[in-house]
Amino acid sequence: MRVLKNANIPFVKIRYYAYAVSIILILAGLGGLIVNGLNWSIDFTSGVAAKVNLKAKDTSVAPLKIDKLRSILKSNGYPEAEIQFVGPEEDATFMIKIKSKTSASAVSSDTKTQILEIIQTNLSDYIKGKDLGKDVIEEIYEVGPKVGGELRTAAGFAILISLLLMIVYIWFRFEFTFGVMAIVALFHDVFIIVGIFALTGKEVTVQIIAALLTIVGYSINDTIVIFDRIREDLKIYRKEPVAEVFNRSINQTLTRTIITAGTTLLTALALYFFGGSVLHDFAFAMCLGIIFGTYSSIFVASNLVIDINAITHKEKQTMQHLTKRK
Amino acid sequence: MKKFSWRGLSIVIFICVTAFYLAPLAIPNLPEWWAKNRLKLGLDLRGGMQILLEVDTSELSAADARGAVDQNIKIIRERIDQFGVAEPSIQKLGENRIMVQLPGVSNYEAAENLIKQTAMLEFKLVVSGEEAKKVLDTVDLNISNNLSFFPKLAELDKKDKSILADKADSVKAGSGVFSSLVRPGEVDFEVQYSDVRLIQDLLADSLFQQAVPMGYQLALDKADTESARADRILHVLSSAVELSGADLAKAKVEYGSSTSTDPRIANKPYISIEMKREGSRKFERVTADNTGKRLAIVLDGVVYSAPNIQERISGGRAQITGKFTSSEANELAIVLNTGNLIAPIKPISTSIIGATLGSDSIRSGSMAGIIGLIAVVFFMLVYYKLCGFIADFVLVFNVGFILAMLTAFGATLTLPGIAGMILTIGMAVDANVLIYERIREELDQGKTPRSAVDAGYKRAVITVWDANLTTLIAAAVLYYFGTGPIRGFAVTLAIGIIGSMFCAIVFVRSILDTFVITGTSKKLSI
Repeated sequence: MRVLKNANIPFVKIRYYAYAVSIILILAGLGGLIVNGLNWSIDFTSGVAAKVNLKAKDTSVAPLKIDKLRSILKSNGYPEAEIQFVGPEEDATFMIKIKSKTSASAVSSDTKTQILEIIQTNLSDYIKGKDLGKDVIEEIYEVGPKVGGELRTAAGFAILISLLLMIVYIWFRFEFTFGVMAIVALFHDVFIIVGIFALTGKEVTVQIIAALLTIVGYSINDTIVIFDRIREDLKIYRKEPVAEVFNRSINQTLTRTIITAGTTLLTALALYFFGGSVLHDFAFAMCLGIIFGTYSSIFVASNLVIDINAITHKEKQTMQHLTKRK
Repeated sequence: MKKFSWRGLSIVIFICVTAFYLAPLAIPNLPEWWAKNRLKLGLDLRGGMQILLEVDTSELSAADARGAVDQNIKIIRERIDQFGVAEPSIQKLGENRIMVQLPGVSNYEAAENLIKQTAMLEFKLVVSGEEAKKVLDTVDLNISNNLSFFPKLAELDKKDKSILADKADSVKAGSGVFSSLVRPGEVDFEVQYSDVRLIQDLLADSLFQQAVPMGYQLALDKADTESARADRILHVLSSAVELSGADLAKAKVEYGSSTSTDPRIANKPYISIEMKREGSRKFERVTADNTGKRLAIVLDGVVYSAPNIQERISGGRAQITGKFTSSEANELAIVLNTGNLIAPIKPISTSIIGATLGSDSIRSGSMAGIIGLIAVVFFMLVYYKLCGFIADFVLVFNVGFILAMLTAFGATLTLPGIAGMILTIGMAVDANVLIYERIREELDQGKTPRSAVDAGYKRAVITVWDANLTTLIAAAVLYYFGTGPIRGFAVTLAIGIIGSMFCAIVFVRSILDTFVITGTSKKLSI
């Protein structure tokens, strides 16, 4: 069985359409970022997130309404609390999030104790007969303002450093233009996904940062496989126009690109559908990353090299410097 | 016997290492040195509590500060050991942070209190009557002169004045800004529950402490766990420390008999303390000089009890009675015995993960992993036939290898780690796909299976190296700058990359060379 055997799709020719698509996606994401901003999780903003099970043991007690919980927290000094159901409504599992927006209203280290106290005193019907530690609290995260800020800096730093190191590596193995364009393609992927997170209002957690970095790794992998083929083909077809060589290389690696994207997407989808609520957004980001990473490897990275090369090396038709045997 | 090959040897080592580290998971009753190499589960998978604490060394000299963090860690470790937690982990992070992980703990609040309590024990004399009233008056005066420093009190003052204009409030002790919050009780001042938080904040405020006249101190009594909303007592204390935790030799929980005539200990837990020799002498002198007065037992600025000194007490024995439950009494005894922390610590981030959530995560994580694995295995089998089967066979070893390496590095398996492993399954076959596609191309050009495999490998391996090294760079940076769960993820990713490269380049190649392309076979099932 073969997928796309001897494909000959004019990727290089249609590159301007692809650029248009990319620019539209990036602009949409940028719009989302400007209008909505990013919904940073408490890992970054600092605050408290508590997942509590408030399903009454006594079946005669009416299930707890989300509005009731909200009004109780509001009247006890937490009007800014965000409350959501986790899972089906009849499970009565709630996620309560209190983010400290400014340093003035910073969440103190006993905010979680206070919230538990409020629940214990006002909703005693729902926790009667249950062990607070074992049956009510599913998880609580409390992040102080100091840690939150630090984490955000560290995450940004980690992404930046890894991108720089990759440019250096590709520069060393290929050429500077290739390195820079590979990174441009990466920015493209990361930016589109961040944009989608801004548009959908999904929370950016530490896990999402990990997903973004995995996407960076995956997408660069994909791009380099194509670059590698281009490097090889440039040596074989020395007299052909650059655009044709590039197009051939992209087509030759197309099967591999699609299959790898497919198998990785299979596992990412398995995570998305079966991985449980904690990994849901992580898997969502991964799926997007695989799709856009593959897209940018095929349509963006190498095509940009052609365009940049046309600008910087006007007099030459071929890329002499890369056709030398190493 | 075939002739020696490095490739064969490396595969044997690969399998042995994997088997060695995975054996404890499958085989019970292995010898201790072997069985202890077991894959540890992260807190997010087994449930428990994690606290990141920061040590406040601002009041210590640089030399003391350095030792303080380590000293604190030692004390916290002792407290946790006495509290009884299996496999706790207490680590120093950076300069002045301590990470405490308590797997399986479900009594979160008690555990947190036990750890963060400075446990500074002090015995101080209680000031009462006119003298106490005078202290409060001075506080009032100092505050109303500097009202702008206390925004909350200023707000209250404004409100109070408008109410007072209508009707005189007879219950309040005074009309001063601060004293209007308390009312005189039988012996001390009482604070209404609704004002307790405000008073607590004030007592912790260093500006407020300056408003209290020299030589005096204000302190609330301990909250009663059984009636949390009850009114509290505000004590005026003389700030001189008569005795401190350093004078203490031993603390023990005891139960008063139900027939005891003393209502404070009848049928209730209390702490009996024994003092060191020097301490007993001090105690004797204090009790002799102050008979008839009250001596407050203050722990971290909270008055636990303030009994009357009836007579001179020699022998250095005393009791701390008060409103505590038996578990509170136990914890108090632990912190008294382990001594006070050298510098105060503050939790700056806490995570609590219930045991149910952890086991749910494991279940759904492995479910996703198995489904993903089956999907990939099935695809490879259909698409590359026999060669796909070889890749699948090796993939299983690869997954085993990742688990084994995680065990070997003493890493803990976290949920993001599981996710990383699942994604690795998808990406692991990439090296195989690259190589197989190349071999197919070579076959298309009419090469024999053997030379197609040789040529395909020769070309594809360069690509595999280039592509994976860049990903490895990302993993390394992630490890270096990441913390906690992210690190686990990076380790899994890196091990996965190395494992899959080895599998594709060495393992699969060997199988192909040894079993598939024998003699002059004309066809290759790919």
